[in-house]
Amino acid sequence: MLLRHTTADVMERSALTINPAKTCQPIGAMYAALGVHNCLPHSHGSQGCCSYHRSTLTRHYKEPVMAGTSSFTEGSAVFGGQANLLQAITNMFALYNPDIIAIHTTCLSETIGDDIVQIIAKAREEGKVPAGKHLIHANTPSYIGSHVTGFSNMVKGLVKYLCEASGRKRNQVNIIPGWVEPSDMRELRRLSRTMGISPNIFPDTSDVLDAPQTGEHEFYPRGGARIEEIRHGGDSKSTIALGPTASEAAALALEEKCEVRSEVLELPIGLLATDRFINALRHRSGIRVPGFITDERGRLVDMVADMHQYFYRKRVAIFGDPDQLVSLTEFLVTMDMRPVYIVTGTPGKRFETRIREALGDAVPEAQVRQGPQADMFLLHQWIKKQGVDLLIGNTYGKYIARDEDIPFVRFGFPIIDRVGHSYFPTVGYMGAMRLAEKILSALMDRQDKNAPEESFELTM
Amino acid sequence: MNILEDRKLQVYRKGAEPFQLDCNKQSAAGSVSQRACVFCGSRVVLYPIADAVHLVHGPLGCASYTWDIRGALSSGPQLHRLSFSTDLREMDVIQGGEKKLAKALCQLIDLHHPKAAFVYSTCIVGVIGDDVEAVCRQVSALKGIPVLPVHSEGFRGTKRDGYRAACEALLHLVGTGSTQGIGPVSVNILGDFNIAGEVWIIRDYFEKMGVQVVATITGDGRIDDIRRAHGAALNLVQCSGSMTHLAKQMQETRGIPFKRVSYFGIEDMAQALYDTAAFFAERCPGIVKKTAALVRDELSVIMPQIARYRRKLEGRKAAVYVGGAFKAFSLVRALRQLGMDTVMVGSQTGLREDYEELRQLCDEGTIIVDDSNPLELSSFLQEKRVDLFIGGVKERPIAYKLGVGFCDHNHERKQPLAGFTGMLNFAREVHNTVCSPVWRLTPRGQKRELSRGPSCS
Repeated sequence: MLLRHTTADVMERSALTINPAKTCQPIGAMYAALGVHNCLPHSHGSQGCCSYHRSTLTRHYKEPVMAGTSSFTEGSAVFGGQANLLQAITNMFALYNPDIIAIHTTCLSETIGDDIVQIIAKAREEGKVPAGKHLIHANTPSYIGSHVTGFSNMVKGLVKYLCEASGRKRNQVNIIPGWVEPSDMRELRRLSRTMGISPNIFPDTSDVLDAPQTGEHEFYPRGGARIEEIRHGGDSKSTIALGPTASEAAALALEEKCEVRSEVLELPIGLLATDRFINALRHRSGIRVPGFITDERGRLVDMVADMHQYFYRKRVAIFGDPDQLVSLTEFLVTMDMRPVYIVTGTPGKRFETRIREALGDAVPEAQVRQGPQADMFLLHQWIKKQGVDLLIGNTYGKYIARDEDIPFVRFGFPIIDRVGHSYFPTVGYMGAMRLAEKILSALMDRQDKNAPEESFELTM
Repeated sequence: MNILEDRKLQVYRKGAEPFQLDCNKQSAAGSVSQRACVFCGSRVVLYPIADAVHLVHGPLGCASYTWDIRGALSSGPQLHRLSFSTDLREMDVIQGGEKKLAKALCQLIDLHHPKAAFVYSTCIVGVIGDDVEAVCRQVSALKGIPVLPVHSEGFRGTKRDGYRAACEALLHLVGTGSTQGIGPVSVNILGDFNIAGEVWIIRDYFEKMGVQVVATITGDGRIDDIRRAHGAALNLVQCSGSMTHLAKQMQETRGIPFKRVSYFGIEDMAQALYDTAAFFAERCPGIVKKTAALVRDELSVIMPQIARYRRKLEGRKAAVYVGGAFKAFSLVRALRQLGMDTVMVGSQTGLREDYEELRQLCDEGTIIVDDSNPLELSSFLQEKRVDLFIGGVKERPIAYKLGVGFCDHNHERKQPLAGFTGMLNFAREVHNTVCSPVWRLTPRGQKRELSRGPSCS
């Protein structure tokens, strides 16, 4: 029992976080920047930050992850990191020839007060930015928000630095996908196109973090939103931002900067959320939903109908990132399951309201916690007090699942103990089918495993 | 390929004269270095101590990225595998984190009743000026266990400085326990982290030789063992980069001699046992004979199997990029044992004398590199047409993208690669990846099929 010290009685903890359900901002900024073509993310801080973020992203996506670091020294911590950043900019353009460098800060560079805007201006002044190349930044101190807000800040940075309104509208819709898998971004593109929309997706990590084997190590894989595409985001007819926590800030910034009307939706995970996404697309294109999309939906409904008897009133604990949790909650409730414990380490006032909305009046006993000390230890304590039938979340759920002997479905970030998750979408109707299948398989595998011989049945 | 001007002297090709290799310096800013930071160095060294709590003082990230990422096994307590953080927020950064640290420490100690607590300082702790030492002293007095500050602010040097900070923390423990029951034929095992259970294999060899193992530092480590480690007659130091400081200090202050050893590969493993036997030969007659018999027995089991793998691997080429250079020596030798040539070898933190030793060990034309990056590494792999890359988590996908086999010889190895058994595991793992049919499906493999290069079948 790895977690044998977990007590069932919840204790007051205001200073100590045990087994977190979040990580820090910079890794989110790095992931967002990887969704831009020919972009080199840059970590303005100590070397370890960059190394940890690259390792964690590599463990999840099983792909090489490239990023630079300012390699802070004792001197930079005392005198500021400007010299390091200027040197880094020169070196990176010379050696790695990116089209764009996306700088994010760290707790160290923020605490010593480095002014990135001023350093970028200086770099330009001193001719360190070759013609046609871009330097952008986002402030992502680790002591604020979480990895999700870091992602949000960098996407907002893309808008602030790159989007422009030329005065001539383009017949396209911006889709800000939120922190989802590369395969999800690909699926959002497919769905949009089939709905008659020309999508402008940014960031877009498909073909960056799920690039095919070519026999080459491509420092900049072929995927990622092009800079001019992001720039043209300012000319799009409208924006659909998926997931308020990860995408709303960028949508609002774009509205303010280029007057592109935006709509913020929950992530299209599960049937109802996908319906709303498809509807939003339909309103924009004015076309009827094509038959094969309604067929996809129909198959999902048919499948869930086949499954419903096994889902009835199952108690589920879920943890992870706010946008994913809200949509997942709704999906579980749709299928007659009961998300009773919901935990995210990402702080944010609106989370609980959104979750309560997703729950409706279905699960009045649901316990919801976000922010500091909303961690895996707390979730475990709740589960110890009263058990659940299923646990859904990232890899870090495996300890609780094992100690409490609970079926476990991996979903979210990071998943570092399995291979393949980043290739299959969970958004859209197809994604919902995959999620439902995974959930049912986990429940039934457990039923098979636990069944005494006489009731171990061929048909279930 | 482009190599940064600043880095040109950090790449050397054997044969070029004079031998010059720049190392042990800060990475060029902007370089996509594979290196980490001071905190990382301290954290990996102390991490395996299983009956202590390891509290990371700072914003949450540093604790989350080091949560159970190292397969350092414990035969008992599993406390080291949990993640504890003070999760400093904006107000803490403004007002200081000392109170929060004290509170978190007390709560943590009450919850887990550990034998000791390590408190790691992260970057901003060094900047906001928390007096971590004072807090540790207070809590230690209050709770009656050692509470040890680890000065591991990320920016204060390289990973190597983190090793040193970890050793400094350990030095506060060594010498505080009773040495009762420790005999004259006794050692401490330093610098093995019990990845996949390696220290258990090594410990078993020594015990079969009649050598008492006092403390394993830090693999499967226990606070009480470390406290009495000064009772041992000899320190055996593997992974010299991380633990030599501790060994040297113990030599200076306690008069305990140390030997550098490696448990990777047949030659180095046998040498480690023979050296230890020779050291105790006078005190323990018969130990040399016993050791020779042990080595003979072990080899008789593994050699026929290794020979089978060798037949398929002969003439294949390998590249090695690891954290510490000392491991690289062993790997070059172990690969040679499998009939493979090491055509590129490098490390993140090697010192000049390490690279000199590597140069002597390697064949003409071998590329030796310090603090490399993915761009260089992938170009070396392609230039040298390697069949195997040995490295850590960030290197693995680079190899796979090129269609090259890979072996993790870092935190993520899941089979013990140390000891004689470990050599057999190593041979098997290398064989399985180098000879996997999946590489035939890749563009590189298909080219090779056409040109009928060496084949495993």
